[in-house]
Order: sequence, then C-alpha cells, then structure tokens
Amino acid sequence: MPNILEINNLSLSFGGVKALQDVSFRVPENAVTTVIGPNGAGKTSLFNCISGFYKPQQGTIRYQGDVLAGIKPPARAAMGLARTFQNIALFRGMTVLDNIKLGAHVHMKSGLLGSLAYFGATRREEMAVRRDVEKHIIDFLEIDHIRRQSVASLSYGLQKRVELARALAMRPKVLMLDEPVAGMNREEKEDMARFILDIREEWGVTVLMVEHDMSMVMDISDHIAVLNFGRVITEGLPAEVQNNPEVIEAYLGTSDMDSLRKKLNPEREVA
Amino acid sequence: MDWLFFGEISLAGLAMGGLYALIGLGFVIIYKATRVINFAIGEIMMFAAYLFLTFAGGMEMSPWVALPLAVLGGSVLGGVIEKVMIRPMLGESPIAVVMVTIGIASILVGLVELVWGADPQLLPGFLPRKPVFIGEMYLAPKIAYGFLIGAALLIVYLLYFRFSRGGVALRATASDQAAAYSMGINVRRVFNMAWVFGSLAASLAGVLVAATGGLSPQFGAIGLSVLVVVIVGGLDSIVGALIAGVFIGWLETVAGAYLGGEYRMPATFAVLAVILVLRPYGLFGTHEIERV
Amino acid sequence: MRIGDAKQSYEADEAIWTSSTQKIWFACFLLALAVFPFMADAYFLYMGCLVGIAVISTTGLNILTGFTGLISLGQAGFMGVGGYTVAWMSINTELPFPITLLFAGLLAAAVGILVGLPSLRVKGLYLAIATLAGSVFLHFIFAEWESVTGGMGGLSLEPAHFFGFTFQSDFRMYFIIVPLAVLMVLGAKNVFRTRTGRAFIAIRDRDISAEILGINLLRYKLMSFALSSFYAGVAGGLFAYFYRVVTPESFPLSMSIFYLAAVIVGGMGNLLGGILGAAFMTLIPEALGLLTAALTPFYPNAPIFMSPMLEIIFGALIVGFLIFEPHGLAEIWHRIRRFFSLWPFRN
Repeated sequence: MPNILEINNLSLSFGGVKALQDVSFRVPENAVTTVIGPNGAGKTSLFNCISGFYKPQQGTIRYQGDVLAGIKPPARAAMGLARTFQNIALFRGMTVLDNIKLGAHVHMKSGLLGSLAYFGATRREEMAVRRDVEKHIIDFLEIDHIRRQSVASLSYGLQKRVELARALAMRPKVLMLDEPVAGMNREEKEDMARFILDIREEWGVTVLMVEHDMSMVMDISDHIAVLNFGRVITEGLPAEVQNNPEVIEAYLGTSDMDSLRKKLNPEREVA
Repeated sequence: MDWLFFGEISLAGLAMGGLYALIGLGFVIIYKATRVINFAIGEIMMFAAYLFLTFAGGMEMSPWVALPLAVLGGSVLGGVIEKVMIRPMLGESPIAVVMVTIGIASILVGLVELVWGADPQLLPGFLPRKPVFIGEMYLAPKIAYGFLIGAALLIVYLLYFRFSRGGVALRATASDQAAAYSMGINVRRVFNMAWVFGSLAASLAGVLVAATGGLSPQFGAIGLSVLVVVIVGGLDSIVGALIAGVFIGWLETVAGAYLGGEYRMPATFAVLAVILVLRPYGLFGTHEIERV
Repeated sequence: MRIGDAKQSYEADEAIWTSSTQKIWFACFLLALAVFPFMADAYFLYMGCLVGIAVISTTGLNILTGFTGLISLGQAGFMGVGGYTVAWMSINTELPFPITLLFAGLLAAAVGILVGLPSLRVKGLYLAIATLAGSVFLHFIFAEWESVTGGMGGLSLEPAHFFGFTFQSDFRMYFIIVPLAVLMVLGAKNVFRTRTGRAFIAIRDRDISAEILGINLLRYKLMSFALSSFYAGVAGGLFAYFYRVVTPESFPLSMSIFYLAAVIVGGMGNLLGGILGAAFMTLIPEALGLLTAALTPFYPNAPIFMSPMLEIIFGALIVGFLIFEPHGLAEIWHRIRRFFSLWPFRN
C-alpha cells in the first residue's frame, strides 16, 4: 500500500513546551490509521500541523508525495484533507443542512454577486450541492430527520455525526477524525465504527483518527501509531502494538500486566 | 525651530500623558481581571468630574474634601455598573459585553446632560496658581500639579498590586480564573474590586483633566484617546499603559500645538493604525496561543 | 409543528417563501408599501423615507456585525463616504441617481476593504478599534479636504434626477428609497442562502475551524466589510439626496452607535431583526418628540430634556436587550407568531 501521508521528523514547541519531538510515521492509503497515546501526548497538535494551523519548527509532512509546508489551511482543505474536531466545532448559528453544505465550500465557485442575485450558475451550483449532500451524505449517515434543526439542539452523539457529515461534504481524500466516539454510548459508538469502515470501503477514503477507546481502535484500525510525550514510541499492526511492552509501559504507566492486557485486549464486541 | 516652545509643549504633553497613563492603568486593571474592554471609562471620568463640580462648586465644599468624595463617587459608579450590567453578561461573547459598555456610555452621557445641562462648565480652581518653571521652561501649574497628584496615585497603585493580598488575588485571577477560583480566591469580588479600583484611577484623572480643560457632556470622548493608549501599549500590560500613556499624551499635545486642534485625534489614531498592523497586540501585550 | 409543507423538489425547499401563505403575506406587504405614500401625510411620508434608509444601513451593518461577527464602529463613516460621493457627483456631473448611488456604494465598499485590512492581522475587538480609527480618519477628511467636501460647511446638492425627471419631494424620494430597501434586503437574504453567507456565519461562530474547513478568512472578512459598507454607502447616498445637504456633522460617531443599537435591538444575525430594529430605533426619537410636545404645556422645560433622554433610552435599549433579550425584537416577533400559528388551539 502506498502512503498518502508521510510525517517525517516533525517537531513543534510552544515556548518551552515541546508538543511534538521528532515525530515520524506513515499513513497508508485507503486504510484506517489510528494515533493513540495518553492525554497531552500531542495527538491534536499533530492534527493541527497536518491541517496547517500550527507551523512545526522542524520536519516535513508529505501528502501524496508533495511537501505541505507553506500551504495555508484552506488550500489544504481543498486538496482533500478534511477533519473533525475534538470538542465539536459545529457552527451553532446554522442548521444541520447548512453546516454540512459548508463542508462543500471549497468545491464551490460562486462569488459575491452571484450570491446577491441567487440566479443562474450560483443557483444551479447550490442545488447541485444540495442534491449531492442529500443523496450521498444525509441518507448515508441517517440524519435526514434532523436536517432542518439547529445544531445546538442536538444530542452529543448526533452532533458528532453531523460533524462527520460536514467533513464528508469536503470530499476528502484523507479524513482526520479527532476522537470520533468520545463521550458516546455503546450504540452510538457502534454506529460510528460502522460509518468509518463504510467510508473507507465504499468511498475509498483514507482515515486517520485519534481515539482513546481501545476496543474500537483495535477493531477497526489497520495501522496504529503510538505517541507519548510528543514522541512516536512505535507503529505497526494492531496486534503488534498491542503486545509491545514499551507501549504498555508508556501508555498506561504501570507494570500491572494482567489488568493492562485485559484493557488492551478487550473482549471482542460485535462492531 | 523654537526649542524652548517645543520643550514647553512637550513638557505639558508629558504631564498630560501622565494622566493618560493613570487612566490607562485603570482600563488595564479592569481588562486584566475581567477581560472587559470598557468603552465607558471616559464617561465614568466625566461623571466623577461633574460630581466634583457639584461638591466644590454648588455645595461649596473645600476642594480637598470634594476631590476624594468625587473620586469615591466615580469608583462606586464603577462597582455598581459591574454588578448590575456587566455581571449578567458573564460568559457572553466579548463583543456583546463591549456593546454593553457602549450602551452604558450612552446612558451616562444622557444622565449627565439631564442633571448638569449641556453647556460647557469650568471647575473651581483648586490647584496652586504659582507658575512652575523647569529650567527655563514654563509649565501651566494646573497641569504640573495635576500630574503630581496623578503620579502619586499611580505609584500607590503599582505598589499595591505588587505587594498586597488584593493585588495578588487580582493578578492570580488575571492569569487563570479557574485556578484562582479553586485556590479560594473570590473571583466575583475580584471582578468587582477591579471595576472599583479601575474607576477610581479614571475618576481622579477625570477631575484633574477637567480642572485643566473644562467640562461638558462631550468630555467622555477622551475615552477614545485612552483606547488608543491601551491598544498601543497592549491591553493587558500595565507597563504598556504607562509608556503608551505618556507617549500618546505627548503626541496629542504636540500635534495639537503645531498642526492645530483638529490634528490631535488623527495623529494618535495614525499611531494606532500602524501598531495594529505591525504589532497587533500592542507594544507589550501578550499574544495568546489559539487552540482549536 | 407545521404540516402539509412537503416539497417535491429541492428548489422548492430552498425557496425564501416556502408556503403559499407566506407568499400572500409578502405580496400584501409589498402592496401596502406601494399604497402607503398615497395615503400618508407629509409627516408619515418623511418617516417612511427615514426608516427605508435606516433599513438599508442596518441590514449592511447586520451582515458585518450580526452575521460575520465583526463589530464595526465605522458605519457612519462609510455612510459619509456614500453621502459625499453622491453630493460631489450631483454638483460636478450630470449623472442620474442610479449611477451616483452605485458609485457611492462602490467607493464606500473600497473604503470598507481598506478599513477591514487590519483583519489580516487582528480580530475581534482589535478590529472594532481599527474601524473606530477608520471613522476618525474619515471624519477628518470630511472636515479638512475643503476643495472636495466643502469643509465644515459641507455641500448642498441638487435633487436626484433620472432622464429629466427630478425627485425633489419626499413623495418622489419614497419611490427610490423603499424599492431599493426591499431589493437590498432580498439581496442580503439571498447571500445567506449561498456559500458566501455560510462562510460569513462560520467565521462568526468559529473562525479557526472555519479556516481549517477551507474558508479563506481574510477574503471573506474583507468581502463582508465590502458588502456591508456598500449598503452603508448607498444608504448614505440616499441620505444626501433626501436632506440635500451633507456636512461632517451629518455622520457623527453617535450615528455608528445608533446603527449598532438598531442591529442589537432588532436581533443580531437576523435580517428581519435588522428591519424591525431600524424601524424601531428611527421611530423612538419621533415618539419621544411627540411625548415632549404633549408635555410642553405642563412642563415648559420638557424640550430641553429630549436630547439627553434620547441618549439614555438608546443606551438602556442596548444594555437591556443584550442582557434580557439577546436575540432582539426578531425573537419577540417569532414568539408572537408561534403563539398565533396555533391559536386558538392552544392548551
């Protein structure tokens, strides 16, 4: 499998705080790659570097072979890097439908004058987006009943789902999900895991996610990178990572192996 | 170029700048503690100056009794504003809170006009009238003594915030509200005290400025100059307010003297525009790291 | 819940008026606006024109402050640019009013972009202060650039004209102002049905996320500034034609605060709110004037108190609405409508 994203020797610090130190790992195309690690390990900072919001002091990020340095966040979005956020970043002043349509922004062209007149090309473009969003995203994620609602009125689980919908409307090549199932109940988690697998299989999208829920991570990931204190400890297949003693030590910070094994090898749930 | 004239103008400007620094300090105290940009500070100053007018003029008190009373009145006003109109806005967007202070400013202008009338008035003179000479340079006594009184309060403030319990509580709240709260600091009280102390500094400066230049319901426009001061210095920097205060006061006076009164505002706002583009968070302000 | 409004097509679902009832109401409203000048006396006609101008300017400021979250204290300055442009053009050229108003809007938009440029570096309140600086400079230019602006004395201008037809009366001005207000509000409504409007709202709600989702912040902030000041410029131009004189004092800082208050009182981020706010705020001074006139026989001093009372009322409205009804008159209007949409079948 070729790598769609390659992170090489990335370092990022804020003042004296080293958020990322010499981080390197790869994201294979059309697979689910998960970054795990304790809180404060630098996972979200890593996402922010890929999005272009933070500028790393050292290292490179290669996307489809090209170095991303110097490209601004909106341009990266247009290149197919879509994401969701750890603490849901929906636009509260808009309906679910408008939030999702906003994801399609980078693929639309109409300008201010067209918008004022809402006529001709602008109108056709808006309608095409609406049709596309309805057909491929709203139906797929089963959120047609809430499309007219304001996002502020939705449950946490549904908000996360709308955020995923918005990211899909960006027609991503790489979909970055920052803790997609945090705070969800079991049913919602299972739905989300199913969506993620479907997105990879049916849409051919590469998924890069940060997640704490080990059972879900082990179930759906093809590739895992472990981050601690801003460094990559190891990367590899779930089974390899799971049994790496260094990971167990670093990630859970204790040597009580029995309870740890249990945590890292949870009983398989039907996902 | 007449250097003596330039020196005298500069001296007057610097003295005026000292008062700006004091107002800027009041502004920064409020901002640091509560993150509220107070557009009504000029109107609070005006209110205190009108109180002084009533106490010293209408009621014929000794100016040295009237001055503390008026300043006290201004600080109480600040405290009441915080309690009644700012506190309900806790947690609202900063923009909404700023607009509340704009509303408050409008209310205060109306109230002052209603009570004291729209005509410009002169404050009873209470500062010594003997001309002050520094070397050969003449400095108007009102400005000189006004500066001295203002500087005295400024020093008291700096010492207070550096060393007292209240000062520590204020600085703790400024750097991390949640942490301060969990350490047992009464954050609400700190908010209120910040408004009281900030308004106190502004009120004293208000009376002193009005004593040199007269008083009218448009007096609050001085708040615009103060805004320039704190933006140039950095909203959350006391040092910034002091330095920028002195500089802006000087610039305004020099521009007024050489180019004409209509150039005072454009001159300072030009500095503001340059700062906004080159150093958006002011000369000494903190640039906060943004998070997603 | 409303029933019976299922749609057959997305086009129908995306329309501004989605039910025939709404269409009928809007038609009635337009008809009322068209008939109004034939029924109203001079005073109400004058008020109608003022409200129309205020609606245009408030809608513009609402786009910037209410929808994009960029607070502006420069609205009066932008209106001034429009007003002086129209005045200068009507004195120095023979161009008809659609051209002069267009230039007024475009020039104001250009100035708006210039004032918005600091948004390259700063945001939020710092930007508000940049707009304040902008309005100080504009005021200075109005007062000092005598060869163009006439200095403190200002400019007097000829009535608006179009192919030999002149609009010298309030009655005729009404037919420029009100149709233009309707068109411009509808234009704004359209903007918020498209990507441009969504980008504005996204910037207001979460600018950082918006940028990561592909919105070029500077571009859309400047676009919002341009659009908003275009509206202000047109409103200022109409103001000039309406009063036929502009001076630096026609566009004071308090006017910027007036429009900010109109946006807040009406409802930030709500176009209907902007209309309600503009009408409400324009009518308040008049209502107070009527009250003063009624009181003068009993309290001869009443007129003196009018102007300070107005300041107090404006301020109190801003503070009161922000604390108690942050969604403004629009929310109150919706509540009334909800009440009547089920009336009388209410439990």
